[in-house]
Amino acid sequence: MTTGVDTREQPATRVKGILNKLLRRNGWTLGLVGILAALFVVTRIVQPSYGPNGIQGLAISVLPLALAAVAQTCAVLGRGIDLSIGSMMALASVVSARLMEDQSEGFAVLVVFGVVLLGLVVGAINGALVVFTRVPDIVVTLAMLFVWAGVALLVLNTPGGGSAEWLTNLTRGPLLTEWLPKAAVALVVVIAAIWVPIRRSRLGLSLYAVGSDSLAAFRSGVSVTRIKIFSYMLAGLFSALGGLSLTATTGIGTPVPGPYTLMSVAAVVLGGVSLAGGRGGVFGPVVAVVILSLLRTNMTFLNVDTNLATVAQGVILVGVVMVGSLIQLRRER
Amino acid sequence: MTSITDTPTSRRPRWTTAAGLRSLFRERPIIPLLGLLAILVVLSEVIRPGIVSPNWAGVMIRGAIPLAILAGCQTITMVTAGIDLSVSAVASMSGFVVATLVGDMGLPVAILVALIVSAIVGFVNGIGAGVFRVHPLIMTLGMSLVVLGLANVWQLVRVQTGSGVPTEFRQLGANMMFGFIPVSLLLFIPLALFIMFMLNRTGFGRLLYAIGDNEMASRLSGAKTWQVLTVLYVISGVLAGIAGFLYSGLTNTASVTLADSALLPSAAAAVIGGTSILGGRGTYSGTIVGALILTVISSILSSLGYPEAVRQILFGSMIVFVAAAYNRITLD
Repeated sequence: MTTGVDTREQPATRVKGILNKLLRRNGWTLGLVGILAALFVVTRIVQPSYGPNGIQGLAISVLPLALAAVAQTCAVLGRGIDLSIGSMMALASVVSARLMEDQSEGFAVLVVFGVVLLGLVVGAINGALVVFTRVPDIVVTLAMLFVWAGVALLVLNTPGGGSAEWLTNLTRGPLLTEWLPKAAVALVVVIAAIWVPIRRSRLGLSLYAVGSDSLAAFRSGVSVTRIKIFSYMLAGLFSALGGLSLTATTGIGTPVPGPYTLMSVAAVVLGGVSLAGGRGGVFGPVVAVVILSLLRTNMTFLNVDTNLATVAQGVILVGVVMVGSLIQLRRER
Repeated sequence: MTSITDTPTSRRPRWTTAAGLRSLFRERPIIPLLGLLAILVVLSEVIRPGIVSPNWAGVMIRGAIPLAILAGCQTITMVTAGIDLSVSAVASMSGFVVATLVGDMGLPVAILVALIVSAIVGFVNGIGAGVFRVHPLIMTLGMSLVVLGLANVWQLVRVQTGSGVPTEFRQLGANMMFGFIPVSLLLFIPLALFIMFMLNRTGFGRLLYAIGDNEMASRLSGAKTWQVLTVLYVISGVLAGIAGFLYSGLTNTASVTLADSALLPSAAAAVIGGTSILGGRGTYSGTIVGALILTVISSILSSLGYPEAVRQILFGSMIVFVAAAYNRITLD
């Protein structure tokens, strides 16, 4: 990154330049973090007793949503979109709950690996269908939303099953201090272990390349087909982890897809990931998810009708994107 | 994407004899679609002998009409490379609003209110997509959340007065003339003619295709794209509102989530009918056949007596399969 900077420059201006660059690149995310911080302050004012317990509940409700948002980010970065994330999460959740019920803790480790593998396979099927049928992503994943939801219903007709104790303990309760929920740690660890290495590798670079200009990527020797499938596999992988987190936090598996697909699209857009592909990262969408959840919490504290909270989410989604594209339009002029 | 996964070999017509047939299909996409529909009808008859009758056809058409109207919203928006994901929320809302207002205000006023609200939703969608250049997917998704939330609030406000689907809607949505001609055809035929006329015979329609093909080019050639898009989404909203009347009449229920399950099929019907989600290509006649195909498929699946899970799996697979087969026939 710094290769272009003249080393003979004054150190102060150099630092300034790097800072400027950082700000320009991550302006959107920094803005989000600022909003989040302000929102925490507001929450504290609205509800002075908001403390470790509130943070704990927030982290548990954020965990599956954040994983869904990361899954969607992977698909969107490769210039796709995955509308089947909610169903894939439901599928992973019921498969894990059904297999772990009344089984030993050790067996559950196998189940977790199996479900992760399942997520990769399911995602690979989505990706392969998109690539080989040449039907637009949105249509294929729309149809697969039905398919995976149906498979989930076949696995478990009604909510049930169980979760291994260690898995539940991974997400419930605090770690070290009461202010640090395990769910938040789990989220950071999962993202750091999977996303960061990929982002820094050749694969990640290819993903961004295909997303921003697939023709250019193709001509520079990237296999567009393979990378497309890979991006959907990542989406499937994170959806499976999201489903596992649902099983872990609720203790059962639910075959009916939650609102995760739509929320993931909203989070991705709010998180500064371009729907046209190739721009953005996973940090923004995760922060956006926390903001949306915290906003909902605040509205409950203020005794606002939960239906109005839905309205607010819609308005925020539309409003933020409008402002974002206005900025973009002004920049172009 | 398509231009890249296309290897040079696959672009060459493989069977020169079939090339003529292929181009016929490409120019008249309705022909393979009608063929597929015929196959499905035969399949219905094979699975349940004696089921195909004028009455059965009437039931199929009656079921397909509201779906075809919603799919019409998708067709006209997809032609401009957009999509309208708020149609199901708007349709449910408009049916619900009429059912709750008809007691106090009478039917004409209730209908007017529902359609005005639908038009406002469409207007906001259009302003967002046209002026602010928000991706229509996001814009309409956000608006559907807003509509759903407000409809829920409205439901709580009106819960004490109770509600009922007006008899006129039930007659319009569910009744048959002579035992096999759905009454809703009387509403649908003019609507369908209007959409087709708009797409094929007006300057407005031509602009829609132009925007979908190349928005920048059409703007540079003097088209006021934001005005076109605003009008387009208003039309889409009003159409969705009308479909809501038929849904509430057909099912005799007024619920704020009534048409939710029709959202994905409406997009699927348009795609199966040959409308490109990427813009610039699509016909409403194809979409109507697409809606009929989906209706017959779901009737076949339910007559097979499979559990809901299997039906969902088959439905999803068929959408992919039909869309892929269609792509193979018409593209290349």
